[in-house]
Order: sequence, then C-alpha cells, then structure tokens
Amino acid sequence: MILKGKVWKFGDDISTDHIAPGRYFHLRTNLPELAKHVLEDAREDFASKVQKGDIIVARRNFGLGSSREHAPRIIKLAGVSAIIANSFARIFYRNAVNIGLPLIEIKEVDNIDEGDVLEIDLQNGIVRNTTKNEEYRFIPMPKFMLDVIGEGGIENYIQKYGDYKL
Amino acid sequence: MGKTIAEKILSVKAGKDVLPGEIIVAKVDLALVQDGTGPLTVEVFDKFGFKKVKPSKSVLFIDHAAPSPRKELSNAHNILRDFSKRTDAMVSDVGEGVSHQIMAERYVKPGDLLVGADSHTCTGGALGAFSTGMGSTDLALAFGLGKVWLKVPETFLFNLKGKLPKGVYSKDIILHIIGKIGADGATYKAMEFTGEVLNQLTQEARLTISNMAVEAGAKVGLIPTDETTREYLKMRGREEDFSEIKADPDAKYEKVFDIDVSSLEPVVSFPHTVDNTRTIKEAEGIKVDQVFLGSCTNGRIEDLRIAASILKGKKKNKDLRLIIVPASKEVYLQALKEGLLEIFVEAGGTVMAPGCGPCVGVHEGVLGDGEKVLSTQNRNFLGRMGNPKGEIYLASPATAAATAIEGVITDPRKYLG
Ligand code: SF4
Repeated sequence: MILKGKVWKFGDDISTDHIAPGRYFHLRTNLPELAKHVLEDAREDFASKVQKGDIIVARRNFGLGSSREHAPRIIKLAGVSAIIANSFARIFYRNAVNIGLPLIEIKEVDNIDEGDVLEIDLQNGIVRNTTKNEEYRFIPMPKFMLDVIGEGGIENYIQKYGDYKL
Repeated sequence: MGKTIAEKILSVKAGKDVLPGEIIVAKVDLALVQDGTGPLTVEVFDKFGFKKVKPSKSVLFIDHAAPSPRKELSNAHNILRDFSKRTDAMVSDVGEGVSHQIMAERYVKPGDLLVGADSHTCTGGALGAFSTGMGSTDLALAFGLGKVWLKVPETFLFNLKGKLPKGVYSKDIILHIIGKIGADGATYKAMEFTGEVLNQLTQEARLTISNMAVEAGAKVGLIPTDETTREYLKMRGREEDFSEIKADPDAKYEKVFDIDVSSLEPVVSFPHTVDNTRTIKEAEGIKVDQVFLGSCTNGRIEDLRIAASILKGKKKNKDLRLIIVPASKEVYLQALKEGLLEIFVEAGGTVMAPGCGPCVGVHEGVLGDGEKVLSTQNRNFLGRMGNPKGEIYLASPATAAATAIEGVITDPRKYLG
C-alpha cells in the first residue's frame, strides 16, 4: 500500500486531550461533529484546513493519555491518511491499528517540514520525501497489524475471518 | 527460561508459552467500559451482531459524568443501561464510583486478564492481574469473542529500596519515577515493581502506583501479591480469590531501575505533562484557586484519612475551592462513618458524588481562565480539567490538604508533627 499526502507538523506529547478535548465529551456519540474540533487544542485551524490524504508528522509520544478511540477515529475522519512520529503512546497505537489508520515511527521527523509531500510504502518500510528528495526507513508493522490495516480496520477484518488469525 | 509476571499471566491466558514481542490472542476474564468509551463499544458490538457478553465479569461504568450534566450524556448513559439489559453485562450506575476502584474492591483477582476501555485500567496490576487499557473496538471484541489480541510486552523492573520518609507517599514515588524516566519512558513495556518498600505500602497505596503506570507509557504496572494483598481481599470477603503471583527468580528484564526512596521529598508535577516533576521546595508558594482530592489515583479511604488528619479543626483558605470526591460508594460510606466528610465540610470543602469528579473536565469544578488547581489525580495535560487556559499541578493527598489550608502549594510535612 502506498500513501501520498501533504505534511502537517506537530511537536512532542500531543495528547488525546489535544486531539479530542474533554469539554466535547458530549459529542462522543456524534463523531462527525467531534471531528470539527480535532486537534483544536494543538492547532485551532487544523480541522478547517486539513485535506483528504494529508499526513501528520509529530515528534515524541503522539497520542498519549486516555484510551478514547475517538481520537484516532476523528483524525481519520478528518481525512488524514497516516501519522508519522518519533514514537506513539501505546493505546493510541493500538486504536489506530484497529481502525485502520497507519502509524509510522521514524527518527528523521525533524528533516520533514510542514507542506512537504510524502509517499509512504507500508509493506517495505520506506517514507519518500518528494519535496526534499530524501528517503527514511522504518521497520514495517508485524504481519497481523498490516493485515488489519489492509482490511481497513479490525471491524472488516473480523467480519471477513470471523476471528483473529495469527 | 524464567518469566516476568506479565509473561506468566499471558502464557496462561494464551494457552502457550509466550515471549516478549510476540502477538498473541488471549482469553479475557474481566472487561470494562465507561460512559465516555462505552457507547462506541455498543455500536461496534451491534455491528458484529454479537448477542451476549462472554467474559464472566463484563461491567459498564457510568462514572465520568455521573450524575449527567447534559442531555447528550444522559442519552449516552441510557445506551449503556439498555445494553446491559439485553447482553447480561452489568451496569455500575450513578453513585457507585470510579471503575478502577470498584474493580479492585469487588472483582479483580491475582492472575486475571482484565481489559478496559479506559487507560487507567492498569490500576488492577497492583492486585497481580494483567490489567490494561485499550479502545472501544477492542472492548466490543473482548465482550463478543471473550478474547483480545495483544503484543507481549518486555518488562522493566523497578526495585524500590530504602525507607519511605514521613510525609512521602506512594504518589510521590510514582511521580518521582515518571519524572525520572519520562512520560514515554516505558512505552509499550510492562512495569513490574519489587523491593523492600512494598512491605511499607498498603494495598491502597500500591493501587496508586499501578494506576499511574500508563503515565510512563506502560501497558501494565504489576506488583507481586503477598499477605497484604490477601488481607485486602479477605476484608472484602474475597479471600478465596487470592493466589500468589510473582516473577521467576531468573526472569529476564529489559531494564532494571533501582529507586532509593529514603531521600525522597514530596513531589509535584507542573503543567502540562506528568513528567514535569519538581520537589515540593520548588513548588512552595505557588498560589492555587482550587484543590481537588479524589480520582482513581487518590480517592481511596486511606487518602481521605490522610487529608482529614491535616484538615481536622482547620479551615481552608478563603480564596480557594476545595472539592472532595470519594472514589467509590464503599469509600464514601466509610468516610461518613469515620466522620471524615464532616471534617471536610467543616473545613469549607464540598463533597461530591463518588465518580471521576473534576478529573476529566466534563462537569464539576471546571477551571476558569488563568486558574491553577492542585489535584491528586494522575494527569495534568492541557485542557484536561475542561479549560485549556487552566493549569494543573499534581501531588499527594497530604500536599493537597496542606495546600488547601494555606492557599499556596505547601509542604505537608509541616502539618504532620
Ligand atoms: S478519575 Fe480521572 S483518570 Fe480516573 S477513570 Fe476517572 S477520568 Fe479517568
């Protein structure tokens, strides 16, 4: 699977409270409405400007905090095709896999600037920065996770196989 | 090869010897969702066409917004109540308290696999259970299939040595550890705690440590079981739930940290990350507008006792609000019997219904612009308590009580004689 998109840059420690603030708790049963506030506390204009296919690039520990799956869901709903970071918080990582949003850990996030265009090859573990003509390598996800993402998330995966297939 | 506690429990639940890094499917004993994450679980569960919940204890907790402050949340609560009726999942309704506290009091037993759609599900690790937070979809599958996929974590061992000084509590230990290793210092890992300090900690104090494992990024925070664990279960009529859980002597750890607690001082986390820790000396004198004593981290009876012993016969500072939220009905009733609630109210505090209270910024005690709060909860992220223009400091119940009296962050040791 090759993903292509334009970069939005974020810093360290973007928490689930930045992504889906508690004050919108009452919108959790209305994801399209909640998505209008996605990442609002990190960047107010993000939700109104993000475009389909765009890629988020952040630094350390993206998605730390609560288990709210609404966080990766509204990022995906807003059109983001993948998130690249130095590292991810564990529950966020797991939720993203389950809903079919690819996450990539690379060291060179500081080489990437806002607006750069990236191509991501998930199977082979390559990020190509076509703006800067650079390439960054990552360890591809384990097969099970790639399978889940390939199906578009664990919902489709379980509908198809009826169970976890390891 | 010897196993860590995490590897031991997961080997049993997967029905085979597991190794760190391996992806496994494991049988779930206990599963929980709460009112923020549960409605999405219900939606996914229904999409799959599941009819009944499989884990023997499947609980839906109404604790984050209890009682409900607005109609959207009242409707969300009704989704859970309705789900309970048709699937055999239990509901824990308004007035019962925070999921993690109730799980510890009533359901978790050593060796269990507990999964919850709430990040602080790791609290149960203090009872020797592999207890971990995940998402709503995971919980729909845990409810429907009775199993989850898991990556077996590598383990970091924390050897707690020395003697805990007066005025320093398990909250200070875990804040200190997170400050030292960082908010991502144990990401994807199991934390396991050992050492002589465990003998100086009650079961309640241990729950505080495991509760905050996720604040270092960890998947679980495991503590071996012992007589203290047995006693805790016995007091709740659950002695038969006890079993001994500990790592093999030749278990393999990815890293070992020696933590000497003897020289620790009260710790305060500064805004806006939990690992932004300082000693009380660097925090003293900061003026706060609110003190919150409660949450799944420090809303237990022991915490209320510590705070009440400091507040007894005193008044809170007039320029600040003091909010107390017992973590569960059991805690509430006990505090009532011991006269602790009277002490708080006499001191000028307000006692709210058991539950999450102001911790997550959904109702009760939302901060005003530019306000500061000292809270006993586990997180201080920007916007956490309902206002991104507020600032959250984290500390122990003793520090909270001393601060409530003085109106500025205060070293509790001056009130402990
Ligand atoms: S008390 Fe706070 S941290 Fe604990 S479960 Fe409730 S909202 Fe989460």
